[in-house]
Amino acid sequence: MSFTPIAAMVRKDLRLFFSDRRAVIMSFIVPIAIASFFGSIFSGSGSTERAKIRVVIVDEDQSAISTGIVARAQHDATFQVTTPPAEEARAAVRRGDASAGVLIPSGFGHAAGRAFFTSAGRPQLTVWYDPSRAMEMAIVRGVLTQHVMEAVSAEVFAGQSGQALLDETLGQVESFTMSDAQKQILRDLLTAARKLYGTNANASGATTDDRRPRGITIPYTVLEEPQTSGENRAYNGYAHSFAGMGIQFLFFAMIDLGVGILIERERGLWKRLRSAPVSRLALLAGKSFSGTIIALMSLLVSFAFAIVVFKVRIHGSVPGFLLVAVSCALMACTFGLLIASLGRTPGATRGVASLAVLMMVMLGGAWVPTFVFPAWLQRFTVVVPARWAVDGLDAMTWRGLGLQAALMPSLILIGFAALFGVTAYVRFRWEE
Amino acid sequence: MGSSPVLPTLRLSAAAFHPLFTTDARLARHNPVVPPILDVRGLRKSFGAVAAVRDVSFTVRRGELVGLLGPNGAGKTTTVSMVAGLSTPDAGQVLVDGAPLAGDADPRKRTIGLVPQDLALYDELTALENLRFFGSLYHLQARALRESIDSALELVGLKGRERDRVKTYSGGMKRRLNLAASLLHDPDLLLLDEPTVGVDPQSRNAIFENLELLKRRGKALVYTTHYMEEAERLADRLVVIDHGAVVGDDTVEGLKRLAGPSGDGPVTLETVFLAMTGRSLRD
Repeated sequence: MSFTPIAAMVRKDLRLFFSDRRAVIMSFIVPIAIASFFGSIFSGSGSTERAKIRVVIVDEDQSAISTGIVARAQHDATFQVTTPPAEEARAAVRRGDASAGVLIPSGFGHAAGRAFFTSAGRPQLTVWYDPSRAMEMAIVRGVLTQHVMEAVSAEVFAGQSGQALLDETLGQVESFTMSDAQKQILRDLLTAARKLYGTNANASGATTDDRRPRGITIPYTVLEEPQTSGENRAYNGYAHSFAGMGIQFLFFAMIDLGVGILIERERGLWKRLRSAPVSRLALLAGKSFSGTIIALMSLLVSFAFAIVVFKVRIHGSVPGFLLVAVSCALMACTFGLLIASLGRTPGATRGVASLAVLMMVMLGGAWVPTFVFPAWLQRFTVVVPARWAVDGLDAMTWRGLGLQAALMPSLILIGFAALFGVTAYVRFRWEE
Repeated sequence: MGSSPVLPTLRLSAAAFHPLFTTDARLARHNPVVPPILDVRGLRKSFGAVAAVRDVSFTVRRGELVGLLGPNGAGKTTTVSMVAGLSTPDAGQVLVDGAPLAGDADPRKRTIGLVPQDLALYDELTALENLRFFGSLYHLQARALRESIDSALELVGLKGRERDRVKTYSGGMKRRLNLAASLLHDPDLLLLDEPTVGVDPQSRNAIFENLELLKRRGKALVYTTHYMEEAERLADRLVVIDHGAVVGDDTVEGLKRLAGPSGDGPVTLETVFLAMTGRSLRD
């Protein structure tokens, strides 16, 4: 196989690509712009401050427990709490100005204190929520539970109304529907709580902070250690967004390659190519080389921008990164050839191929992480080449893994390239 | 099997033409001293249930311009595609210099130059970039490529405009460049598929002069057209195809003689053509 025609095809395709302003913008500028946008969302524009969940709380009770709940929620870093009147709070949630609203009804504190040791007469908290923010609602539910438990237990064991609540409950134990042994255990518990209350109140030498009602607290603390490429290396969300968007637009560039072949056929150019003494393999090889070079350039330029502007680093293996990038480019290029072999008209083919690419990159985790997918869908994504491409690039950038971690994604991507390439060769319409 | 509503139905092959259409051209074709550069034998090609070419045979010698004449859908372009190696015949043979082409990459494909009916050019590239690319497909490099590009541009009168993008060219200039792109590798056999469609008289005349020059240089040319005046001016011999089969193969004068006198006026190539292919409209 002579390389003169192949080299000529590569030169020609590169000239055509760079003479097409739209193609250049789509391959280099648009992915950078969109990846920067996604990166800023997932990285918080470089700031460590998290976006807070807006919550409105209506305290109709105004008891020690209810004010304790509101105070704790206001100090929570997860929430941004306001306390408007009930109607205004409900309207704020309906408008989407707040993710959730909590109504603490009158009598809540007293009933909650009584229900602390027995489940009888548990009061109700009403939570209004925005159904489009189901994930935030789950967080609100968890954090609210923590604050209510802390506030109620603090008041029961050490608060001003705690003594009265304990006395009242002790007096009612005999009427509870439980065995005598259980009633005795409850009496002992409540008596011990009264003693604890007295100890807390009269403790000498204790600091003000120690004397503050504590109640039940979470019996552990959490040390959050992000598992990035190394200690003290923060996760850079731009690394993932540039991988995802880079892959997406690399596919789009290769749709242009496939559609370009169909346009060449419509314009009779393939008659010239086929009439020359050039083998079919050489013709496809020429297209493959030029497509791979364009795809690789698109990906590398995107990452170069991310490295310079957003300080994305290849914390893993640089050869591994290049291996994954070349494998991605080859796979995307053969995908373009596959499009050319299966497509009929350029217009219809572009539409169908764009849809296929969007599905592929979405399932590949280029837009949102794959863990938000249902389990069956997560299992399905192993047959999506975009997923291996994104995983491979993530492994070499922010995960900081070695060359070995690049081998599996690269091999799978090359496998997809072989599948696409052979199918394209077999299905290509060679007869003119 | 070819059929005509006026003339008798004929079964034609390379070796045996119906006596009605066989005159001195047959003797020239069978001249053992000058072997044909192109020998097409019993070509057949179907697309699904449609038989595009049913039985086409003819020969072409060096220095000869053979016109493939036929109405729309007669099978001319399919025949040219099979001769150029773009399409595989269902039956029959295409012999170039006495032997069939051995696959896509056969170096003997350099013998053939194809001028497609479409303007097979990259509009976004300059003429020079187009010619460099098409020349490279024939393994031309460096000085040989430069010289062949210069010669081709000179021939078609585009010297001085080679650095302009093709999209800035007129239709006639594109047609001439389309011809130049097929001459870079100096083919002995040039296949021209309606090369003057949509051009002005000046460009058409320039293309005719180019072809006549090439013929004088000893090139063999196969020229498909349905324009009678083109065929009459250029062709040494006409192969008339209809319904996928050859219905006549002779010189223009030979075909006119065979058609005999016409009661309605002078015998023209058009009347002969209509007599051979009928007056029914074609798809």
